[in-house]
Amino acid sequence: MAQNRLIVSLSPHDHAKDSVNKIMYGVVIAMIPALLVSVYFFGLDAIRVNLIAIAACIFFEWIIQKLLLKGELTITDGSAIVTGMLLAFNVPSNLPWWIIVIGALVSIGIGKMSFGGLGNNPFNPALVGRVFLLISFPVQMTSWPKVQVLNFAMTDAQTGATPLAIVKEGLKNGESFSSIINNLPTSYSDMFFGQMGGSLGEISAIALIIGGLYMLYRKIITWHIPVSIIATVAIFTGILYGINPDKYADPLFHLLTGGLMLGAIFMATDMVTSPMTAKGMIIYGVGIGIITVLIRVWGAYPEGVSFAILIMNAFTPLINYYVKPKRFGEIVKK
Amino acid sequence: MLKTFPKGGVHPHENKFSAGKPIEIIELPKQVSIPVSQHLGAPAQPVVNKGDEVKVGQLIAKSAGFISANIHSSVSGKVSKIEKILDSTGYKQTAIIIDVEGDEWLPEIDRSTALVEDIEKITAEEIRAKIAQAGIVGLGGATFPTNVKISIPQGKVCDNLIINAVECEPYLTSDHQLMLEKSDEIIVGARLLQKAAGAKKIYIGIENNKPDAIELLKKKAAKYQDIEVVALKVKYPQGGEKQLIKAVVNREVPSGGLPIDVGCVVQNVGTAYAVYEAVQKNKPLIERVVTVTGKSVPKPSNLLVRIGTPVSNLIEKAGGLPEDTGKIVNGGPMMGKAVKDFSIPVTKGTSGILLIKSDEAKRPKTYNCIRCARCVFVCPMGLEPYLIKNMATVGMFEELQNERVLDCMECGSCSFGCPAGVPLLDYIRLGKANLNKILRSKKS
Repeated sequence: MAQNRLIVSLSPHDHAKDSVNKIMYGVVIAMIPALLVSVYFFGLDAIRVNLIAIAACIFFEWIIQKLLLKGELTITDGSAIVTGMLLAFNVPSNLPWWIIVIGALVSIGIGKMSFGGLGNNPFNPALVGRVFLLISFPVQMTSWPKVQVLNFAMTDAQTGATPLAIVKEGLKNGESFSSIINNLPTSYSDMFFGQMGGSLGEISAIALIIGGLYMLYRKIITWHIPVSIIATVAIFTGILYGINPDKYADPLFHLLTGGLMLGAIFMATDMVTSPMTAKGMIIYGVGIGIITVLIRVWGAYPEGVSFAILIMNAFTPLINYYVKPKRFGEIVKK
Repeated sequence: MLKTFPKGGVHPHENKFSAGKPIEIIELPKQVSIPVSQHLGAPAQPVVNKGDEVKVGQLIAKSAGFISANIHSSVSGKVSKIEKILDSTGYKQTAIIIDVEGDEWLPEIDRSTALVEDIEKITAEEIRAKIAQAGIVGLGGATFPTNVKISIPQGKVCDNLIINAVECEPYLTSDHQLMLEKSDEIIVGARLLQKAAGAKKIYIGIENNKPDAIELLKKKAAKYQDIEVVALKVKYPQGGEKQLIKAVVNREVPSGGLPIDVGCVVQNVGTAYAVYEAVQKNKPLIERVVTVTGKSVPKPSNLLVRIGTPVSNLIEKAGGLPEDTGKIVNGGPMMGKAVKDFSIPVTKGTSGILLIKSDEAKRPKTYNCIRCARCVFVCPMGLEPYLIKNMATVGMFEELQNERVLDCMECGSCSFGCPAGVPLLDYIRLGKANLNKILRSKKS
């Protein structure tokens, strides 16, 4: 018998057969409902932004890996596609192509590859790119095209502010929340389905939730981060609304607008940059929720999810250091 | 809701191909190699010499220390030599090689199949002595000498004897089949262990993927008030002592402690059967049930095998070595040891021989850790495998003590689940070994 062909290795001898690729392409699949909604409301521009972002991310990862790091090519692992799509989801659908390319370069080049590639980056690469663009190109990054159902003509659509910005501006001018919301053309059900201005992937809560449920089912994410973020935002804004319903927006408004759902389900749950324990994930989620509300209510920007996630990304190593899982047999032997 | 342990765990494919296959007796080999170290603890001391005639059941190596076990001849014949051979651990160990002649048993061994139920006349001490004499060790794979485990230390009380009939390793079915065929004997064996340990209650923990065994043992245990059969949710590694105790009686063995610290003693179901045979039938531990299985194995089987039989004989009996075999594992896929030689003998701890196809024998490709936290979530001991791996990589061995690396029982759930294919358990073993070395050097 051919004994020399036998492999000898340490246990375990079986593997769950899950892989980085399967996880990354699973995330891509989970983003498809939101992508379809964005095409429905923003037309082919949504596709254009996604394709440019994905292609640029893959290209920059390839060129950096080939020329600078000289490591094994990693572009097939799907993570560059995820970063590209998330970057696209976080920008307006009418963003010029060259700004998208700059965003991809910052995301991949600075956000990811400068730390050694997938797994080593402390900050969510897509958010690094988005925040860089937001600060560098504030006008282009906040000119939100108005939604038009199934408009494939690629004509320059009118632009307008997001509900979050309208409400923030109104409250600052002393109007009551109820009067602002009554004058708003978008109803809560519009917001739930995605018929409102905003970054192209963030508008539809229902599509994002469907994607989140799929990732839960595939065990790509756990419930801890999204639930703790959403619950924190709901409770915090609920308290404020309870104190003064004229001066503060209600919790449902906060949950359905801006990038909260996209952030809670797809951005904050990025494995690489979020904590490793269940308890740590909840602390991280609560932190994101609190910072988001602080920025939205008292900050200079109408939206704070991206900043909140990046700030908590920075705390992730600290959380991992201090928050340990519950050990089995915690009581030490006498 | 079925009971299970709360933290961690994984669900490997069960692949129990040999389930329901009756236990077959394998033909006697021409020669057996019986290692003197088939248990945890000191190797036994040979008491026979080259050329000696031995009978089945005759003592050939005697226990050498508090934690050690007697070894008996599993065949009759002539001792051909005593030499170092390769065994399933991968190291060379002293073994007694016996050329088989006939099948002559010691006369005091009762070879009838009649059930001997009465346990009233024998005392706890006599039971322990008989178990020690028979060389019985934990047959689940850990091979800890059974008499030591049921000798309750001063100041401790054993409330519960838990019979481990979980068989959570995929592929293996030897315990399952034994339960179906020898349920009466197992109940008697469990009661003997209960008496020896002074336990008030017996729990028999069986995973729910063996409904026939659960039903049968429930029926057999019905007449005893103090025996309870507990059906458990299928989850690996439920057969780990600490996980089983947590699942069955919801007590948590403290870190660094033993089951007796929470009033429990755990014994494998195969061990209970061996205890029955030793105490009621005077039969030392000379044979055991071994599952021979694998995806390409022609006839996955449960075989009754004499200790010392070469693994190659078992493979032949199961239909021969499949062409595509890439790895041979002594034990199950999660905790078994890969062997590089078919000539290694079956020992007391061999619960199965698993032939893995070559395309599944290789480990997955390793990528960067993507910090998905799966290893943290699946660890049944609440450790952080990714962190231990990182610390072991940079040589922070002493610091690993605070990360409780010594709690790791090497169940392999972390490596099994890692999507980046990182061999986490390899690094944990490295960390454990180096930490133990440091601790030993501090002591001395």
